[in-house]
Amino acid sequence: MNYLYYPGCSLKGTGKAYEESLLAVFDTINVLLEELEDWNCCGATAYMSISELKAFALSARNFALAERQNRDTGTARLLVPCAACYLGLNKAQRYLNEYPELFSTVKEALDEADLILSGPISIRHPLDVIYSDIGLKTIKDNVVRPLQGLKFACYYGCQIVRPYADFDDQFKPYTMDRIVQAVGAEAVDWPLKTRCCGGSLTGTIKDVGLRLSYILISEAKKRGCDMIATACPLCQFNLECYQKEMRKLYRHELDIPIVYFTQIIGMALGIDPHKLGLHRLFMSPLTAFQMRATSGGVHVRN
Amino acid sequence: MEEWRGWRKISYESELDHLFVNEIASIPGGDKLFTCIQCGTCSGMCPLSPYMDYTPRQIIAMIRAGLRWEVLSCYTTWLCASCYSCTVECPKEIKLTDIMYAVKRMAIKQGVYPKKFPIPILANEFFKSVEDSGRSSEGRLILKLFLKTNPLKLFRQTGLGLSLFLKGRFSLKKETIQRKNELRSVIKALETEHMVKSREELGLLKETTI
Repeated sequence: MNYLYYPGCSLKGTGKAYEESLLAVFDTINVLLEELEDWNCCGATAYMSISELKAFALSARNFALAERQNRDTGTARLLVPCAACYLGLNKAQRYLNEYPELFSTVKEALDEADLILSGPISIRHPLDVIYSDIGLKTIKDNVVRPLQGLKFACYYGCQIVRPYADFDDQFKPYTMDRIVQAVGAEAVDWPLKTRCCGGSLTGTIKDVGLRLSYILISEAKKRGCDMIATACPLCQFNLECYQKEMRKLYRHELDIPIVYFTQIIGMALGIDPHKLGLHRLFMSPLTAFQMRATSGGVHVRN
Repeated sequence: MEEWRGWRKISYESELDHLFVNEIASIPGGDKLFTCIQCGTCSGMCPLSPYMDYTPRQIIAMIRAGLRWEVLSCYTTWLCASCYSCTVECPKEIKLTDIMYAVKRMAIKQGVYPKKFPIPILANEFFKSVEDSGRSSEGRLILKLFLKTNPLKLFRQTGLGLSLFLKGRFSLKKETIQRKNELRSVIKALETEHMVKSREELGLLKETTI
């Protein structure tokens, strides 16, 4: 099994730990990832606010590159960890497919640069790939440090399961919960799995953005979670980096580590925390991880 | 934000712009707008509607009524964080998030927003950097945003910036693709007269010509 990997701009910047942990985990379970050569911005959110057509063309260039680089016999498989990129690329593909006029316009533009846009490619999120392709059994079999006793709030964010993904339930997603359970931890039942974290509002209309993030964190705290597991670089950033400001603003002790779900898997697989980028987080989850790892005795092999 | 809000409470028939709804409906799948039953599911689902001046349901009604200025100058579309809850819940499958984007694009294009309002500036800077180098450079983008909106705020954020830098998550390096010309020729092709014309004929994607 091998995939083309589309990191997107965030995973090379603020979301570096996501990339590091993702690559480390896939390496450990022997799934080959090959970075998409010369990939460009997916054209998501902020770009969409200026030109929709050009946003679709940006995505389309990535599709053409993926097809060119694809070494499999079937359709190219593109692994997209960033939620905004995942949505942006998925949306572009969906629209190019649904609106033939749009497709021919974009195709014509791509022709100018000798890029060939042909059939659809398969756009996959790591949650989907780990749950459906790799399988929970493989994950379980590779666990060396079960995370018994750790409680996670699994936060999917808005743009992974909505509105184009078909690998999970749009209203009550479960894939991350199952993955967290597979490594021996507990996925706390909470209703805010897909509630918006505020997105880029934390940087633009701050009071509103912070309030949305605060609602998520305080609910996770109330339900006794040790950490919040995320699958999106912007969600992780919002929930983690503004905790100090939220504490001041809402006078509420919030300290709770926000980790990527790939870091959780990595810890259970016994990967070196440094390789998982744990040192890049503002609030280190290391003590929580280690405390549980030594106290938890039973192995989760079934 | 009071200064750029529409003041009029009553609009007379002669003041309504009936072409407005067609412009919005020209986005892919936009014609579903006409099927809205005003049930309010979108407003109920929206995590941001408590902060909005008009709820998403009202926006749809206003677009259909032809209240161009009121819609373009409202706060609602800027608050939309594009989380798509409305889109997936709408019983009539109206793509509300896309409509919000269409209004946002129109407002940005026509400059209907207060001076130094961060959202259009962020969008413009993001657009420019991608147009120029094919990727967005987070660090530079944030820096430009602060410089163009409120440079004083930059000082308040230095703590956060420094911590991110120390954790290796912030850099001012310019991210870029290698074959910039390839991307530019694609973008340029979309701007040629022939393409713009063919799009107009299709009645599609008018946003670039409005």
